[in-house]
Amino acid sequence: MSRIAQKFAALKAEGRGALIPFLEAFDPDRETAMAILRGMPAAGADLIEIGVPFTDPMADGPTVQKAGQRGLKAGATVAGALGMVREFRQGDAATPIILMGYFNPILSYGVAKFCADAAAAGVDGLIVVDVPPEEADEIAPDATANGLDLIRLVAPTTGEDRLPKVLSATTGFVYYVAITGVTGTRSASTDDLAAAIPRIRKYTDLPIAIGFGVRTPQQAGEASRIADGAVVASALIDGMLASLDAEGRATPATVPAVLDRVRELAEAVRKG
Amino acid sequence: MNKPIPNSFRQGPDARGRFGPFGGRFVAETLMPLILEVEAAYEASKTDQAFQDEWRRLLTHYVGRPSPLWFAERLTAHLRKDAAPGMGAKVYFKRDELNHTGAHKINAVLGQILLAKKMGKTRIIAETGAGQHGVATATACALMDLPCVVYMGATDVERQQPNVFRMKLLGAQVVPVTSGAATLKDAMNEGLRDWVANVRDTYYCIGTVAGPHPYPAMVRDFQSVIGIEAKAQMQEAEGRLPDVLVAAVGGGSNAMGLFYPFLDDADVAMIGVEAAGRGLDSGEHAAALSRGRPGVLHGNRTYLLQDGDGQITEAHSISAGLDYPGVGPEHSWLHELGRVQYTGVTDDEALAAFQLCSKLEGIIPALEPAHALAEVLKMAPTMPADKIILMNLCGRGDKDIFTVAKHLGEKI
Ligand SMILES: Cc1ncc(COP(=O)(O)O)c(C=O)c1O
Repeated sequence: MSRIAQKFAALKAEGRGALIPFLEAFDPDRETAMAILRGMPAAGADLIEIGVPFTDPMADGPTVQKAGQRGLKAGATVAGALGMVREFRQGDAATPIILMGYFNPILSYGVAKFCADAAAAGVDGLIVVDVPPEEADEIAPDATANGLDLIRLVAPTTGEDRLPKVLSATTGFVYYVAITGVTGTRSASTDDLAAAIPRIRKYTDLPIAIGFGVRTPQQAGEASRIADGAVVASALIDGMLASLDAEGRATPATVPAVLDRVRELAEAVRKG
Repeated sequence: MNKPIPNSFRQGPDARGRFGPFGGRFVAETLMPLILEVEAAYEASKTDQAFQDEWRRLLTHYVGRPSPLWFAERLTAHLRKDAAPGMGAKVYFKRDELNHTGAHKINAVLGQILLAKKMGKTRIIAETGAGQHGVATATACALMDLPCVVYMGATDVERQQPNVFRMKLLGAQVVPVTSGAATLKDAMNEGLRDWVANVRDTYYCIGTVAGPHPYPAMVRDFQSVIGIEAKAQMQEAEGRLPDVLVAAVGGGSNAMGLFYPFLDDADVAMIGVEAAGRGLDSGEHAAALSRGRPGVLHGNRTYLLQDGDGQITEAHSISAGLDYPGVGPEHSWLHELGRVQYTGVTDDEALAAFQLCSKLEGIIPALEPAHALAEVLKMAPTMPADKIILMNLCGRGDKDIFTVAKHLGEKI
């Protein structure tokens, strides 16, 4: 069983959903991002999503866009993101890591080499935003061959006619994009989510995580109960931003600023 | 290149939206159902007589088509002066700069906005570089009573002021985009983000033969009116087809529009002219085919300017309409097959051609086709006098006079 499946099975036994915090690789610099990554499991992260920066992130709102730009400025590359995971794995063999990014940097690295190196580094799953099921053969064979889960996005626009197609191509878990919109802009209502998740469950037994617009501990708690997990990105990045100095550099307050928020979110997810 | 040559160069795209390995539908899931809807609506429109009639009616009575074919006699004579005896090809212009709104962009815009109406969409968005596509979209939206939002890089807002004001007069909202280098690529990113957020009521009117399938094929088909007309007009003027077609390539829509109807005419050579900016080896250009490599951006696989890590690099051109690090996927395919030759023209060469055309032909061209013209100036004197070059004069230069004046050190 993959680390992702094991984790969701364990959480199910515990009777709660997963908290999946997001961080952008190398934001605001490698060392700080590494310290945040290392600290996340103890702060209550169940799975961790790492964004691989791209110059043209078409599904991202301003907060994640700027995080990516800071990451790139600090030298982020695909190889650099994989290096972070490798280092993380030296101290943590259990927490699943999901890389989220866009296709071109992977294509440039070489799809087969990327999947092999990602698996070797200790990555468990991939979310490639701009590779929909229609283009799945670009990466699915190499991902599967290397034991990487290929996590698909399901959106509010994904109709009943498309759901089976999208879901049959998914492994690990399903990522429900809660809003029609880019990251960090608005939030879905509890009612919308309560209607959307059962619609997906009709077609899959995989765990479902909700992302895009989950900001507060209360929202994370609700999302993790309606579905099986909650992904929080922009709210954590905003928290980090507030801790940077005038030149955008990390301060001693930066790592705690992010991890304290993770702790608050984790508490809400655990409250049940 | 040792690729198998297809029986026809006019077969693409396949059912996946691919031209050979290029094209496709690399978009987030939120958009996927939408582009399938656009594809279905576009396919249906091809056999919808009422739709076709309405588009034709608008092209004739609103745009002013067919655009004339013009024998550039003074330019031809000028180029023959310094050519060897018996040399100096005849130069013709396809005058799409005479279209209402001043460029070829309106051809595909009217088709797309009619399609949007047919799909029941009530809001239109577009990206623009030079502002010609933005103006064309704002124009069609004024005519058809639809709200219009145009994304434009802040850099381009600066250098294309006349078009920004035009769009405002036409009732469109112009949103300056400040991310990246604040040019066309970034405007397209914002357009896609808007669409993701407003999928239910919004139609994204793309300005060139790029984006996810079906846009490259759809925009090409609408723009093919240029080549279809030119073919008939050339038969009438010369009783034969031209020997060479020349067109500027930004995203590549005016070039595809001219080239496509001729692709299977083996004796017609084709040259696509990319912006070489400060020089093809200066690192400051927009020559995706000459200096880029294949990758995925804005929904399709195509040649792109990118660094070794797959990050997209900024393009540079004096011409806002050519200032894009990618190119339509069909051009990538035609490039690899060798059916079309792609070359580069620098800012300075384009500026010189811009001025020459104004003085010799009484036509102030846009900076984009001035790139095509600069290539014509190089090649015509090397060709025998009985050869014919047909160039797409796809836009007029009113929008560029401030940029050109600045480069010439003049105040207006
Ligand atoms: C007059 C003119 N020509 C050419 C272009 C470049 O686009 P394309 O290569 O799609 O024709 C533009 C774009 O703004 C334009 O305004």
